[in-house]
Amino acid sequence: MKNIFLFIRRYFTLLLFFILQIVSLVFLVNYNLTQQAAYANIANEVIGRINIQYNNIQSYFYLRETNRQLAEENARLKNLLPSNFETADTARVVRVDSLVKDTLGLQRKFVWLPAKVVNNTVTSQTNYLTLYRGSKQGIAKDMAVIGPNGVVGIVIDVNDNFSRVMSLLHRNSKVSAMLAKNNVTGSVGWDGKDPLYLTLQNIPRSIKVAKGDTVLTSNYSANFPSHIIIGMVDVIAADPSSNSYTIKVKAATNFYSIQYVNVVKNSLWAEQKQLEATPPKNQ
Amino acid sequence: MSQLVKNIFRFACFIMLQVFVLNQVPPLHQFITPYLYFLFLLWLPFSTSRIALLFISFAFGFTLDYFMGTPGLHAAPCVLIGYLRPFLINLLISQEGAELNYAEPSIKSLGLAPYSIYALILTFIHHFYLVLLEWLQFGNIVYFIGKVFTTSLVSLLLIFITEMLFFRKQKFRTNTA
Repeated sequence: MKNIFLFIRRYFTLLLFFILQIVSLVFLVNYNLTQQAAYANIANEVIGRINIQYNNIQSYFYLRETNRQLAEENARLKNLLPSNFETADTARVVRVDSLVKDTLGLQRKFVWLPAKVVNNTVTSQTNYLTLYRGSKQGIAKDMAVIGPNGVVGIVIDVNDNFSRVMSLLHRNSKVSAMLAKNNVTGSVGWDGKDPLYLTLQNIPRSIKVAKGDTVLTSNYSANFPSHIIIGMVDVIAADPSSNSYTIKVKAATNFYSIQYVNVVKNSLWAEQKQLEATPPKNQ
Repeated sequence: MSQLVKNIFRFACFIMLQVFVLNQVPPLHQFITPYLYFLFLLWLPFSTSRIALLFISFAFGFTLDYFMGTPGLHAAPCVLIGYLRPFLINLLISQEGAELNYAEPSIKSLGLAPYSIYALILTFIHHFYLVLLEWLQFGNIVYFIGKVFTTSLVSLLLIFITEMLFFRKQKFRTNTA
């Protein structure tokens, strides 16, 4: 027993070194495996406050770009207003339905919640954004995040007032995507090289793809609404080891200057996940 | 300014510099990430005990991790260089008793060549371990080797610039005073 204590005293520094190393690695591994919020509570709140202070100054430098994006989005949305569409025939009248619940049985699936970006990186291999909107304001894990120009990422951590988003520019990010012209689905990720370009994979080589084709979110993605723009096809390369293309996609979102985003809530998410989690019973 | 106040001030400055300046620099290439924050650990006083050094390195790395959203990724290399630092100083110290006459490692207290070696070795070890941890999660061998070398080079350049810009006046302390 005495020898054990002597040993510990003699090698205390070395042991402490190993303990701290193990603590760091456990944090690292656990966080990457589960991305759970044990880490995200108090400290995230403090760091969120610091980031807001910084963002208050920094956002001025992006005002011009933010304005342009908002103006563009406004123009696009105004083009969709019902008042833009008129029928020559007065026998048919367009009425705006004011009922909350659609009498045709349509129900609201996606709800869009605006949020301010208070922190954003593009330089690392694992990029995250922090939004100033948290669980108190209706954000939950796995919600989709969409900017004025296209897809941005997925919410991975939430606390009371902030949420952390895994940007599309993350080595582990994956979004189900499709080509606009023929609805062939693949998946979009990032190879870590250039923040302006994403990678589209799993498009079979039998499909004709051309430079400039639009890449949208697919119908199969549970958290993203379909037909949201991700980017444009830029370089097409056949992957020699498989039967599919590896396509370089120019991202629609400019990740350098994101100031405001929308978080999209799928109100049927829990229902769909529950069904998919139960093993099929068909014999 | 007392050593403690000075180092607390440096702690905050290096974290802010890394998070709000260097991490915001537009990426030149996949391999290049400008890291300077660990210079704080290189500048800690000679008189810091080895155990305190380990705890400070851990706390410092972990603070940065909170800002970057990668808990443990920077803490682990920081603890490693915090552990190796005393050995390296013992090897490199040129004048007898320089660690008593000067407050902290610098070009003046160690001499230009030993200080450069000190910075070079710790930078390389730090990046090697950091990129290794990153590489274990994804990436290939070219990425690993390329990133270790280019990032080390960029860091050394930044350290050199910092040493030139912020020349640390070091008083020669005699043991009579």
